[in-house]
Amino acid sequence: MDSDHTPQAAGSVLAPAADAPPAAAPRIDCRDIKVFYGATQAIHGVSMSFPDRAVTALIGPSGCGKSTFLRCLNRMNDTIENCRVEGQILMDGQDINDHSIDPVLLRSRVGMVFQKPNPFPKSIYDNIAYGPRIHGIATSREDLDAIVEKSLRRAGLWEEVKDRLQAPGTSLSGGQQQRLCIARAIAVRPEVILMDEPCSALDPVATARIEELIDELRKRYCIVIVTHSMQQAARVSQRTAFFHLGNLVEMGETEQIFTNPREKRTEDYITGRFG
Amino acid sequence: MLQQLGHLPMGWLLIALIAVFASVAFFVGRIGAERILLSGAPALHSRPNYHGYFVAMWAIIPAVLVALVYAIGAEPFARGQLTSELPPAFDLLSAPELQTYLDSVSLAARSSDYAGTDLVFTAVTNRYLEIIGGLNIGALALMGVGAVLGLLFARRRLAASFRARSLVERGMEGVLFLCAVVAIATTAGIVISLLYESIQFFSVIPIWEFLFGTRWNAQTEAEFGALPLFFGTFMIALIAMFVAAPIGLFSAIYLSEYAGPKARAWIKPILEILAGIPTVVYGFFALLVVAPAVRSLALWINETLINIGLASEPLLAAQPTSALAAGLVMGIMVIPFVSSLSDDVINAVPQTLRDGAYALGATKSETVRNVVVPAALPGIIAALLLAVSRAIGETMIVVMAAGKSARISMDPTSDLTTITVQIVSLMTGETGFDDPKTLSAFALGLVLFAVTLLFNVIALRVVQKYREKYD
Repeated sequence: MDSDHTPQAAGSVLAPAADAPPAAAPRIDCRDIKVFYGATQAIHGVSMSFPDRAVTALIGPSGCGKSTFLRCLNRMNDTIENCRVEGQILMDGQDINDHSIDPVLLRSRVGMVFQKPNPFPKSIYDNIAYGPRIHGIATSREDLDAIVEKSLRRAGLWEEVKDRLQAPGTSLSGGQQQRLCIARAIAVRPEVILMDEPCSALDPVATARIEELIDELRKRYCIVIVTHSMQQAARVSQRTAFFHLGNLVEMGETEQIFTNPREKRTEDYITGRFG
Repeated sequence: MLQQLGHLPMGWLLIALIAVFASVAFFVGRIGAERILLSGAPALHSRPNYHGYFVAMWAIIPAVLVALVYAIGAEPFARGQLTSELPPAFDLLSAPELQTYLDSVSLAARSSDYAGTDLVFTAVTNRYLEIIGGLNIGALALMGVGAVLGLLFARRRLAASFRARSLVERGMEGVLFLCAVVAIATTAGIVISLLYESIQFFSVIPIWEFLFGTRWNAQTEAEFGALPLFFGTFMIALIAMFVAAPIGLFSAIYLSEYAGPKARAWIKPILEILAGIPTVVYGFFALLVVAPAVRSLALWINETLINIGLASEPLLAAQPTSALAAGLVMGIMVIPFVSSLSDDVINAVPQTLRDGAYALGATKSETVRNVVVPAALPGIIAALLLAVSRAIGETMIVVMAAGKSARISMDPTSDLTTITVQIVSLMTGETGFDDPKTLSAFALGLVLFAVTLLFNVIALRVVQKYREKYD
């Protein structure tokens, strides 16, 4: 599971986070984000920032806009008809909605893991190798092998699949598929990983594995996770943001949010009085 | 009197009577059930309406049976009876001649003014009408008796605890089952008759000679080597698929992945109109527009090749009807089959798969090429197979534009013939069931049926496998 055993070559292609500035510097800074689906406004001016090398959890009742907000961060909302995003999202000081930014390149820097595991109809190896191939990250077969191995190791899946890399990705169990998707996201060397309820389709054992993995990945990436499970938010995140009806109600250190929320609505939600 | 009854419009009468019996019986049953309630029974097992349906069911069944027997048996019985009563002079007629005579009798019987032309004919027709009239009145009486008996029988069973509802449900199931049986039985009948006639044909012409013989000359020489026909069919279907597979598939991809809702709302119906154009229209389009164009192109190629010294004589046959012309137009015809089915399977690919690719930074075309199409591939293959089986069975276009010479030639500008074209030409004109010429059409039909069945079965299998994967 650890990356210490991986070849040197792969280490150099992967993980630019190793020389990134120390934690707590904001990796992404959002200013007054508004999202519209046609005439309906889904998000009403949200400003927040995401620190590097930390997990930020977005919580809130269904339909509160947390997934929509998450999808702004890698411009996945572009693929939705009549969806419009306003406001500034600065990543390393650059507005990602700027015309000069190619969403395709942006998405290679901001990986995403979805609610339901969605391995491609390809082999395990090709699932991981797909991203590096289309971005030309690997120059040789050995490079690619190394990236695949390293990504699978980081996702904690290597030991389970190393003997059947050519088996179809869909032949894995649900939890394994989700880790495969995480490995796939890691393989393109992202700086940020977005997770949209990554455990909602998994059983408790698989969930625990993914949570361990998230904790491991935190050392290298800026992670934003949307979750319905408050225990999960409390377990894996360092910072938590509570959304309600398209507004950011409260954001702070996870411990503070769960033990001493400033807002009444936050308290009501985390104590289960609504939502 | 009986003769007058022969003019009864039995079809309408039977249907009207069945309707009358059904409604009367329904009310008898319903009123009966209500009366049971009034007489102090605590509660009925089934609601009064179900008692009504039950009694109606029993009244209709005998009536429908009588009507069916009448519809199938009346005419043959009347003819048999009439034939046995005909004067001995009619023995001179051969079987087909007698058949024709009887046909004209029954045709005349339907109009009222046949009298006066030919005394014998008039007498025979009058007698025919008498027989039919007797059958008519008999059928109506039998129907009435049956309906009343059924009604009485059912009425007597009504009681508070009677489970009319379950019996009606079973009756409904029976009706639905019968409808399914009719469809299956028809198919089976067609297949059996194909098989039967083919076996007769193969007793004259050995099956190997038919399947692998290379000389086909059914009309004049009685040579039945069908290989050139298979080749022609295959060649034209292949050309058609060269047109339909890329155009159909790419337009499906455009429609499902790129087109906005507005473009889609326009393009999809237009593509489907292609499927609604009668094939005969495609046929004359092929004959009058495409075939001459193919010919002049082929002539131009011949001339150019000779002029620049690459060939010393014409390379292409450049005939007025050609496999290429028929294949091209047939390809246009099957585009909607490919595009519409592929569009469905591409739309069935879960959105999460596309999201997964986009989230990795794949462009739209990379996503389509590497993720969407591979995921939809089984369905796309099935669509192509169905299109192939459609192309193989297509008749009108090839009859008009492919030509009639049975030959094996790789030159697409020469005229080829197909299985379907030969069936048409064998079946038009004078035919007789004892002639191997006619029988060979059945053998060809059997081959055609077997091949398209095979393609359809494979296509369905592939689609099923695909479904298991994503649900």
